[in-house]
Amino acid sequence: MTDYSVEEPVLIVEDLVRHYRLPKESLFAEHRYVYALNGVSFEIKKGKSFGVVGESGCGKSTLARNVMALEDTDGGSVRILGEEVVGLSFEQLRPLRQHFQMVFQDPYGSLDPHLNVDRIVAEPLAALGPLTSAERDERVREVLESVGLKSGDISKYPHEFSGGQRQRIAIARALITHPELIVADEPVSALDVSVQAQVLNLLKDLQESFGVTYMFISHDLAVVEYLCDEVAVMYLGEIVEKGRTEDLFANPAHPYTRILLDAVPQPGAAKKRDRIKLAGNVTGQTEIRAGCAFQDRCPMVKNVCRSEKPPLVAVEEEHLAACHFSADVRAKNKPAAG
Amino acid sequence: MSNSDPTSFLNRCRRSRSFLIGGVMTGFLLLCAAISLFWTPGSAYDIVIPDRFLPPSAEHWLGTDQFGRDIVSMLMTGTQNSIAVAVVAVSIGLIIGVSLGLLAAAKRGWTEEFIMRISDFSFAFPAILSAIMITAILGPGGVNSILAIGLYNIPVFARLTRGSANAIWAREFVLAARAAGKGKFRITFEHILPNVLSIIIVQATILFAIAILAEAALSYLGLGTQPPHPSWGRMLNEAQSLIFLDPWQAVFPGLAIATAVFGLNLLGDGLRDVLDPRLSRKR
Ligand SMILES: Nc1ncnc2c1ncn2[C@@H]1O[C@H](COP(=O)(O)OP(=O)(O)OP(=O)(O)O)[C@@H](O)[C@H]1O
Ligand SMILES: [Mg+2]
Repeated sequence: MTDYSVEEPVLIVEDLVRHYRLPKESLFAEHRYVYALNGVSFEIKKGKSFGVVGESGCGKSTLARNVMALEDTDGGSVRILGEEVVGLSFEQLRPLRQHFQMVFQDPYGSLDPHLNVDRIVAEPLAALGPLTSAERDERVREVLESVGLKSGDISKYPHEFSGGQRQRIAIARALITHPELIVADEPVSALDVSVQAQVLNLLKDLQESFGVTYMFISHDLAVVEYLCDEVAVMYLGEIVEKGRTEDLFANPAHPYTRILLDAVPQPGAAKKRDRIKLAGNVTGQTEIRAGCAFQDRCPMVKNVCRSEKPPLVAVEEEHLAACHFSADVRAKNKPAAG
Repeated sequence: MSNSDPTSFLNRCRRSRSFLIGGVMTGFLLLCAAISLFWTPGSAYDIVIPDRFLPPSAEHWLGTDQFGRDIVSMLMTGTQNSIAVAVVAVSIGLIIGVSLGLLAAAKRGWTEEFIMRISDFSFAFPAILSAIMITAILGPGGVNSILAIGLYNIPVFARLTRGSANAIWAREFVLAARAAGKGKFRITFEHILPNVLSIIIVQATILFAIAILAEAALSYLGLGTQPPHPSWGRMLNEAQSLIFLDPWQAVFPGLAIATAVFGLNLLGDGLRDVLDPRLSRKR
């Protein structure tokens, strides 16, 4: 894993496809599929944070699992530190896993209640090959310290901790192999608002001290704006807009992004932490249709949107959007921005 | 869970009435079996015709049977037999059934399908009936009745284990273990088994009661433990023909079986409360 240059992105995802086969409804029925990922492409440069936002069911966790090589991908490519991971067997992947780790959404479900902190945190060391027990203990101690847990916590069990502390344990587990890439799937959405900020700050501090790269999944745009250098907006298994955080937030080019941003509570107004609400259906799609993925719910849908799929094209430097009318969207942004 | 916090574990034990009562009843039986290994008040084997049909007295606490054998001693020795049969039978079911269940949950696909269809098939027969069927095929006797009961236990454990294990496989900490590079075999032993163990223990207690009942039933039918070894089931059978002559004889083995089954069921219920990893589900 030494042959990658600093210029090479830590993660390159190309045209990633994942279709879940649903159980047959009857013996002679055709299998139906959930089209969870339909050709997702992006890359993350070293030491950067890449945010993925979108509503529930748009495929964020599926993307995370496929990047982490936790399930069989149906197509496309995932390269981590220049190494292709799609198509590798579980055994072939094992030595690579130390380079990419994951933090899960639910700090109650992601820690085995029967294991103590020591065993939970040390778990990924299995991929690292033989370590002496002194080395192992040192690693555990070091990583617990860096996430702000006390050394006395080491023999405690998950139920003895609060949600925020549990998420710290999960972060320590992800950090212990000194990975290049950490995929964090909504790591704060299960936490109290007051605790969210602490954990986000911790993630930011860890990035500074370890130079780790984040793929950060969230449905909370404020969180993404705070933490991420770049953002991708997902809708029904596709990236509909992608760009530098400040560009995308200041001047969105896709109507869906626009709606998401408008739903973010303004500073000063009463805080509202609900998920974004939109008209129309949000279920995962079980058919591939012609035209734009967002056509059913788009306020500015035209005929062309129903027949032709808009490609993901640049609207400015490093800012891409998949909308036939991105120019119109951006024109409407102007008065609000200025 | 329990292993993490001994004080709350003990508290839960103390608070569960079924656990306490069931534990005492089961403990009493174990004690009887243990004592009978080296001491019984009278003889469970010696035939003393002049002493037959004695009512309960200081010498023969529960009287004697038609051969003058001491009934307390026979019951105590019979406890050994019941417990031994149940332990071996439940162990057979436990080891094979739990392994199959864990395998089905880890492999999924046609392995799971195959294991589950076979266990479905064996579920079509009631416990005692299938035990009778198997002993009828293999021939009567202690060992065969153990096999018959053990065989019946396999699908019960397999099914329960597979169901609970599937639920654990879906948890995020298993995904985390996969992300750590752990194979299915290691995950099964390090994550799945510890998380389904309490459910299996509860089930084992209940099946222990069923095994004792099944052994008694088989012996009652003459398919289980053979003379001269005392067995509760056969004592009942022998007492049946003498029910008007000497009702004592039927009452005591019946009570012994009832105590064992009731005590173990209570214990199982109590264990459910005590072992239930409520702590891990606390949100
Ligand atoms: N194992 C699976 N089998 C079938 N369908 C699945 C499976 N996993 C996910 N899906 C479907 O794929 C779609 C995307 O799910 P995913 O969990 O990735 O969404 P998400 O964006 O993470 O949502 P959330 O914000 O609720 O976590 C959903 O429609 C979901 O029902
Ligand atoms: Mg998700």
